[in-house]
Amino acid sequence: MTRVRTNILVCGGTGCLAGESEKVLRNFELILNARGYGEEVKLIKTGCFGFCEQGPIVNIEPDDIFYVRVKPKDVREIVDEHIIKGRIVERLLYQEPKGNEKISKQENMPFYKKQLRIALRNCGLINPEDIYEYIALGGYEALGKALTQMTPEQVIEEVKKSGLRGRGGGGFPTGVKWEITKKQKNEKKFIICNADEGDPGAFMDRSILEGDPHSVLEAMAIGAYAIGAHKGIIYIRAEYPLAISRLNKAIDQARELGLLGDNIFGTDFNFDIQIKYGAGAFVCGEETALINSCEGRRGEPDYRPPYPSEDGFWGYPTNVNNVETFSNIPPIIIKGSVWFSSIGTEKSKGTKVFALAGKINNVGLVEVPMGTTLREIIYDIGGGIQGGKKFKAVQTGGPSGGVLTEEQLNTPIDYESLTEKGSMMGSGGMIVMDENDNMVKIAKFYLEFTMDESCGRCTPCRIGTKRMYELLNKITAKKATMADLDALKQLAYMVKGSSLCGLGQTAPNPVISTMKYFWDEYLAFIKDIDHPRGEGKYEAKNKAGIK
Amino acid sequence: MKIKSIEELKKIRENHLDRINLREHGDTPDNRVEVMIGMATCGISSGARDTLGAFTEELQKEKLNHVKVIPVGCIGYCHSEPTVQVNRSGEPPVLYGNVKPEKVHRIIEEHIKGGTPVKDLILEMDFERA
Repeated sequence: MTRVRTNILVCGGTGCLAGESEKVLRNFELILNARGYGEEVKLIKTGCFGFCEQGPIVNIEPDDIFYVRVKPKDVREIVDEHIIKGRIVERLLYQEPKGNEKISKQENMPFYKKQLRIALRNCGLINPEDIYEYIALGGYEALGKALTQMTPEQVIEEVKKSGLRGRGGGGFPTGVKWEITKKQKNEKKFIICNADEGDPGAFMDRSILEGDPHSVLEAMAIGAYAIGAHKGIIYIRAEYPLAISRLNKAIDQARELGLLGDNIFGTDFNFDIQIKYGAGAFVCGEETALINSCEGRRGEPDYRPPYPSEDGFWGYPTNVNNVETFSNIPPIIIKGSVWFSSIGTEKSKGTKVFALAGKINNVGLVEVPMGTTLREIIYDIGGGIQGGKKFKAVQTGGPSGGVLTEEQLNTPIDYESLTEKGSMMGSGGMIVMDENDNMVKIAKFYLEFTMDESCGRCTPCRIGTKRMYELLNKITAKKATMADLDALKQLAYMVKGSSLCGLGQTAPNPVISTMKYFWDEYLAFIKDIDHPRGEGKYEAKNKAGIK
Repeated sequence: MKIKSIEELKKIRENHLDRINLREHGDTPDNRVEVMIGMATCGISSGARDTLGAFTEELQKEKLNHVKVIPVGCIGYCHSEPTVQVNRSGEPPVLYGNVKPEKVHRIIEEHIKGGTPVKDLILEMDFERA
């Protein structure tokens, strides 16, 4: 047996790969072999560490030293100094944006301190292309436990009691969804994993699939056992080539060990998974559109009810859950619903993964318990605003959500509180804006996105978003009048109230919320009223006009 | 090979634990022990690499997964290299000098497993750490 004494973990997530982490990995291999240390030092390409801002990340274990922004040319120094001589390479350690302190250990970094990683538990820790590393950390034991020691009813009861809710943004209780699908008296049922992550700036699902694909496969098998399905589909966008290749490898490995296929764990439960590629339409994240796309039809939503749980893929009862929802399932089965429900707030249990982006110091992936405030995420974990500028707003829920301002920063995050404040949980995109960002232009950006992504099936969304976009263009060109602002407002509520699916119903949210909180910035563009050019000082008269 | 029972899965887990036992993860026990080996120029030239190898090999064989072996720089006792410092939580660190590979077994048996430092290998530490 070779005596491995050190593990070098190099991030192989998409962000770090773009920062040449592949080359870093290759240099490690070359230099370690040249120095004669190839045997005792093991190199592992992991999934995303989450700290994408500081990538490529290299973590040395068991020393527990966390190197950031490692360039291919830095590798020689790490090997010669750290691996061979035990001397830490100070200049590659993480440095806080404020202050000069260098931090060498992951657990001491403010970025990781407040995080609790359940869905991301194995990301950055294991080689996602090696099923044995997943098993070594207790992988597939939840499936074994469910199949051999629990009835489907008990599995559903456990998930129900855990309080887990849909992490795609809807927040529907997962256990209840499973129960409805289980109750359908149909021979054939399906379970679908929704990996059609479409929010601009969001990459939670991609990172989970890239960093820990087996956790999703395992959870799908557990879900299939609970509802009585024998076939699973992962609907993933074709723009995620790395996630797709790792999923394919994971499926092959699981089949080889009999963890997918017939008679899993020696029981009479059969289950297999197939991957369907999406072309990247935003609306296909909506479950009925997703099912249409899976069937080879146009990705357009259907009326609900009937819900997919009753009438889904080819008319059979179908359970659709999001990637992050699935990855929470194995820990719930192993550690129990009591453990899971002890985390979070009264109505929202567990944790939520957010993709931090925009004008924030620590761009990356974070997982926090529900009930953490926005302020903690942005200032403690995110390290505050870039360049020491002033915070202006944060957009949660992507193009379907709304902006939240300074006043709402102390809001504890859960499904209800965010909706109450005029935004939504969404799938977890969180985009931070600073004082230099113009909110009207931000709203226009999001509306342009939803206008492009509207599938065109229903009129309010197809034409309404287009007209709203035209009005916003007129406003930002300083050619609009107060009447245009009124028309925009009216149109926003019309589209929201009469669209067929979630895309149209939420598309006006960025406009509505920016009008509510940043009315002044709209007025600053209007030509037919007299106002001082100084932003923010103008006391808007018809602010009350916004609901 | 197909896994046919949860016992078989657990056996596979046992056999592959060494793949991840160097890494920090959720199940890391609290009673962790750190073994720091001086691996500066002086240490290496006195054979610290073999000492390090002897430690990892024996620890892996004994499945002592709560022990971390960490190479560190020179601490100034170049006359007695290779030096090894053992940190058990809640106890003052113990420094050993002249630890050739054949002495590793005693340190693991008596100190790491048994809990009593190996007196005749101890180097007195005569400085304070800031």
